[in-house]
Amino acid sequence: MLGEGILKGLAETARNFAGSFVSAERLTTVQYPEQRIAPIEATRDFPFLVYDGADWEAGMRCVACQICEKECPPQCIYIEKSKDKKPDFVGKPQFYPARFDIDISVCMSCQICVEVCPFEAIKMDTEFELSTEDRFGGLLFDRKELAKPNEHYHKIHPTEAAEVDARLAEEKAKADAKAKAAAEAAAAKAAAPAKTAAVGDAAAKPAEGASRA
Amino acid sequence: MREGWNRPPVMKPDGEGELLEVAMGPHHPSTHGVFRMDVALDGERVIRLKPVFGYLHRNHEKIAEGMSYLGSMPFTDRLDYLCPLTNNWAYALAVEKLTGQEVPERAEYLRVILGELTRVQNHASSIGFLIQEMGASGTPLMYAFKAREKILDLFEELTGARMMCNYMRFGGCRVDASAAWLDATRKVVAGLPGFVDEFERLLRTNEILMARTQGVGILRPELAVNAGVTGPMLRASGVNYDIRKVGGYGVYNRFKFRVPLGDHWDVYDRYMIRMLEMRESIKILEQALKDIPGGPVMDAKAKLRGFRPKPGEAYGRIESPKGELGFYLISDGGPNPYRYRVRPPSLINLTILEDMCLGQNVADVVLIFGSVDIILGEVDR
Repeated sequence: MLGEGILKGLAETARNFAGSFVSAERLTTVQYPEQRIAPIEATRDFPFLVYDGADWEAGMRCVACQICEKECPPQCIYIEKSKDKKPDFVGKPQFYPARFDIDISVCMSCQICVEVCPFEAIKMDTEFELSTEDRFGGLLFDRKELAKPNEHYHKIHPTEAAEVDARLAEEKAKADAKAKAAAEAAAAKAAAPAKTAAVGDAAAKPAEGASRA
Repeated sequence: MREGWNRPPVMKPDGEGELLEVAMGPHHPSTHGVFRMDVALDGERVIRLKPVFGYLHRNHEKIAEGMSYLGSMPFTDRLDYLCPLTNNWAYALAVEKLTGQEVPERAEYLRVILGELTRVQNHASSIGFLIQEMGASGTPLMYAFKAREKILDLFEELTGARMMCNYMRFGGCRVDASAAWLDATRKVVAGLPGFVDEFERLLRTNEILMARTQGVGILRPELAVNAGVTGPMLRASGVNYDIRKVGGYGVYNRFKFRVPLGDHWDVYDRYMIRMLEMRESIKILEQALKDIPGGPVMDAKAKLRGFRPKPGEAYGRIESPKGELGFYLISDGGPNPYRYRVRPPSLINLTILEDMCLGQNVADVVLIFGSVDIILGEVDR
């Protein structure tokens, strides 16, 4: 019969229409922004800079190595290295970014900066409602706007953040152990020449070297 | 009116009277992108059709020659933006061939799973778009997107993004799939046959669809082979050529699946081939999800950045949902490719558009164009 195929198709749409009243499976949309679907943990959109502790400037993990700036495919990162150094989480003096800008309007959320960062300093955020009236300044984030605490990272990507923290703690433990061993060796060396009353500058040299390590 | 133009009018073949020249595009709704067809019409009949490419040219190949191998990976997502993961795969395959890297087995299985999920969602939306162009505004496309949405959610859960996945790396995949993700995928795959059945019931025997598509836009197998057409287009013309079978990339030789072929070579065949390929893809998915082994997903020796492949060349090709997608790379030993070339299936499948459209009606041009299944991001790069 001519038109049978059309009727069959219409039966299918009718089934879906009627079904949407009784089955949540057939009702596929939500009324954004009043309703929101649960966020997916792996979601990423724009990068942010992680800091530890309360002070964003002191706790920033970034050491301005500029690897992300070089690797960024659309070249949306701009970094200026500091002149002086500040201690990082293991207490080693490091440079910090005097300027760290990301142009969100250029960023394509590819996550390559996160992958190449050796210091776990840059991570992907999930904030997507970023519309602004100022399309130049409003979308150019400086380091203050980019800095977010580690707690925020834990909130948006709990599994990943826990792994990162474990890795950093391990590194810190290693560094601490190394520093302790170095300090002990320095103390022992400092003590040894004192007993034998050797020449002063011979004892001072290894101690200085140990503290530098 | 015509004085300012330097072109003479296109005359009818018998020399009596002018033909009507119409520029379909670059913003014609059927192109879902920017693409122009210069059509010369005799009444409703197409006498000449000239495709005009390049409105979406983004200089992908030259940009890739100026940046590291890794840096081009996210840009490949943006070629055929409906199937980012197959693009990633083809590019990763080319670089792996260049550097001689091995891919762990689990990563190969994950690639197959993601590639076939991509194929299902691409074919579903492609059919949706084709029917949309026929005038069924919305409904079939929304049905297709309902299934696509579930697959994109899986992509997001694994890779972090729905469309711009940037997931595959040289020597494996970026992150491992959790057991929860594999379970979720099994659940989605279990629901897919139901979706394909529903989608087929919606349209397959529809008289309007059959009247509009059967016998329209015939592509002869000889012409298809000569023009280098690949993918569902070629198989709808009855040529048995599927790189998953003949190319031997990945672990496809471990799975049982058939290659559907058309024997009328028309638009309806192309529609049906995509339907059948979805079913075959589901079969592959079921097998891959059953056999997926454990282990790492990344080659331990693989370097993310700063590697320099030995001088040489490599061509990595896969059966992307649209046809043969290939990446041709030449290395001169530096950190960037010396030459980077994409073989886009969409562009090459589009070159025979005129041959399919000659003598057809204007309204059929839209349909034939839709049946080629192109993404302008890949055509123009």
